[in-house]
Amino acid sequence: MRKLEDLPRLNGVMDLEALKSRVLPRIAIRRDPKAAPFNDVTHHVMICGDTGCASSGSKAIIETFKEELAARNLDKTVDVVVIGCHGFCEMGPLLVVYPDDFYYIRLKPDDVAEIIEETIIHRRPVPKFLYHDRETMRPIVHYQEIEFYAKQNRILLANCGHINPEDVEEYIANDGYKALAKALSRRDDPLSLLEEIKKSGLRGRGGGGFPTGRKWELCREAPGDVKYIICNADEGDPGAFMDRSLMEGDPHRLLEGMIIGGLVIGAKEGYIYVRAEYPIAVKRLKNAIAQAEALGLLGDNVLGTDFSFKIFVKEGAGAFVCGEETALIHSIEGQRGMPTSRPPFPAVSGLWGQPTNNNNVETWANVPGIILRGGEWFASFGTEKSKGTKVFALTGKIRNTGLAEVSMGLTMREIIYDIGGGVQNNKKFKAVQIGGPSGGCLPESMIDRPVDYDSLIEAGAMMGSGGLVVVDEDTCMVALAQFFLSFTRDESCGKCTPCREGTTRMLNILNNITKGHGKAGDIELLEELAKNIKISALCGLGQTSPNPILSTLNYFREEYKAHIYEKRCPAHHCVALISYWIDPDRCIGCGACRKKCPVQAIDGSAKKPHTIDVGKCIKCGVCFTACRKTRAIFKK
Amino acid sequence: MSVVVSPSNPPEPVSPHALELAALEPIFETYQNAARGSLIPVLQAAQETYGYLSTTVLETIASRLNFPISQIYGVVTFYSQFRLAPRGKHVIRACQGTACHVRDSSLVLETLKSALGVTPGGTTADLQFTLETVACIGACSLAPVMMIDNEAHGRLRPDRVRAILDKYRG
Repeated sequence: MRKLEDLPRLNGVMDLEALKSRVLPRIAIRRDPKAAPFNDVTHHVMICGDTGCASSGSKAIIETFKEELAARNLDKTVDVVVIGCHGFCEMGPLLVVYPDDFYYIRLKPDDVAEIIEETIIHRRPVPKFLYHDRETMRPIVHYQEIEFYAKQNRILLANCGHINPEDVEEYIANDGYKALAKALSRRDDPLSLLEEIKKSGLRGRGGGGFPTGRKWELCREAPGDVKYIICNADEGDPGAFMDRSLMEGDPHRLLEGMIIGGLVIGAKEGYIYVRAEYPIAVKRLKNAIAQAEALGLLGDNVLGTDFSFKIFVKEGAGAFVCGEETALIHSIEGQRGMPTSRPPFPAVSGLWGQPTNNNNVETWANVPGIILRGGEWFASFGTEKSKGTKVFALTGKIRNTGLAEVSMGLTMREIIYDIGGGVQNNKKFKAVQIGGPSGGCLPESMIDRPVDYDSLIEAGAMMGSGGLVVVDEDTCMVALAQFFLSFTRDESCGKCTPCREGTTRMLNILNNITKGHGKAGDIELLEELAKNIKISALCGLGQTSPNPILSTLNYFREEYKAHIYEKRCPAHHCVALISYWIDPDRCIGCGACRKKCPVQAIDGSAKKPHTIDVGKCIKCGVCFTACRKTRAIFKK
Repeated sequence: MSVVVSPSNPPEPVSPHALELAALEPIFETYQNAARGSLIPVLQAAQETYGYLSTTVLETIASRLNFPISQIYGVVTFYSQFRLAPRGKHVIRACQGTACHVRDSSLVLETLKSALGVTPGGTTADLQFTLETVACIGACSLAPVMMIDNEAHGRLRPDRVRAILDKYRG
């Protein structure tokens, strides 16, 4: 990877192409196993350094690889490349070894020596580190054959996990900034570019699903000499991490999309508003901006033309409501991030009172592909009204957590079972929560519908930013609604009464229900509150805050009733409605539960039945799982 | 922090406040040309320097950036990132995201609370740990998770929590 000061300034499309052809031989072995080594480098070891894999220990793997390679004098012929998210976070830390394209999972530093010995030196796969098919138990050498990847359509994530996100040259080698060059060649006719976006049918990926081309047009046509564009990277929905992965794994794609957007809309400055909780993404974006500026792809006279564009990174300071566009704009301006009523829409009066266009990370990142390959190409994926692909973050009680990009219109069942591998620990599927605190949940009976913007809304959920949280029979739906309400209550900015007071009232009712103090009329009161808040709250946060309640009430009303009328939590989750006890006839006094109890609430001498002190017990359930021999501990 | 003092050239006596505030100068310098919207970045940088935002620091920022202190206080208390009191040596952020919630993060938080004897937002008496919650750190595949300083600990279970804390006690 070249240093910043060694990057040449590109003065036209010829320079860009020349740079691409210079870089291609360097990464050829990743595309063709028979390609000639470049500068004697015979292998690339691609290790995921994304937040997910880093949390499961990839840093130690990277260090060990470097040490072991140096010790064997292989550090000149084997490149260790730190990549962004490869998608299959469940299996992290993971790596891919080129040219043989071997895919290894759940590695520990101790495994590195064997990989070097077998795979680097002898070019053989090490079966024990490979992914094994769940049904046939057959080891799978290449990741493309794993079911998790097989049904995906990775057009947006094409580079994620396949290039070094800190090396702009690798992005360029993969046709990076080619769309920008194409757009610049048509800068006298920006309407033709806008037409391409419209033709693609791209809709906002942040949740609303507003047609992107139309949004751009509104801002483009708004009167004013100074215009701004914003990338909303304040990915606040708990359980969603696709934008983070895109920024960490392929930051230049986002920049390229924004530069093209600036060209079409007529803006000279763009802002990326990114959560401060995403330090790696911030670092990668700043690095990418510096590289693009050095190459002349950003800044004054982009690619030698008279078009100039600047991008600034603004770090959020922790407020979920800043995902709402007017609040986000106030936050960039340095104020409290409180929403204001619309109209005027930001397209007319946004940042510093100027026309402003705001899209989220995934929307911007889709732009280069559309410009490069045409709106029709993009529209060839998806359903009639929802075109292209969508990236989903699969989390919760699902076997394969990770990031999956699929064509719109796949059914939820295909996403959860074929890609996600179904529910963990052989439990029973109960529902999938989609769209975060603004969304809803779909029960078993609804998961055969195709996933697109409109069908999800029909089913009482919403696309949101694409977080899918699978819940199983052990999850209490009342507690899930309570969880979301407590989130929105905490994050409500307090400006409008329906949201500030309404979320508090609804949460209080839910708290009572889960504590066993629910009473007749609670459900009806919740519904009444929900309907009023939906129509009267100032911004999207408040208007959608009742959705988790309405959707769980719609599909799981019986669970609410059981809590209220029978003081019973059918999922055995609500702590106030359950207790643990040890069956003295079954307990053999092995002490496993006593040793594991984090609050010393279990008493008993060896080989004598133990007892739980209900006063001390925090009902954490550790004893319940610890009691394996006789299964003497019960929830009731 | 240790300060090396050369005997031949004794330093001017400085008040603790002046010493403290000198560190703000480079921050003002960095943002002086980015006048618009620089309040939050300045506050972030100041907190990075001092660990929290003391009244003196806030007052200095107010006078230098020419903002009423009330407005700065409004901004500081709006965003969860800003702190008005010192924190412990290690900051624990227990994730309360959806993915963590359905994998029983509440039990992890309960264990943290009982092990540390503080509630979220609180700091232990020995100034070792500050316990905070966070809406989501995006490491959902490892749920439930907590961050201690900049290190994430994933696939937590209540019975593992104490051992992890012990590693940080120094």
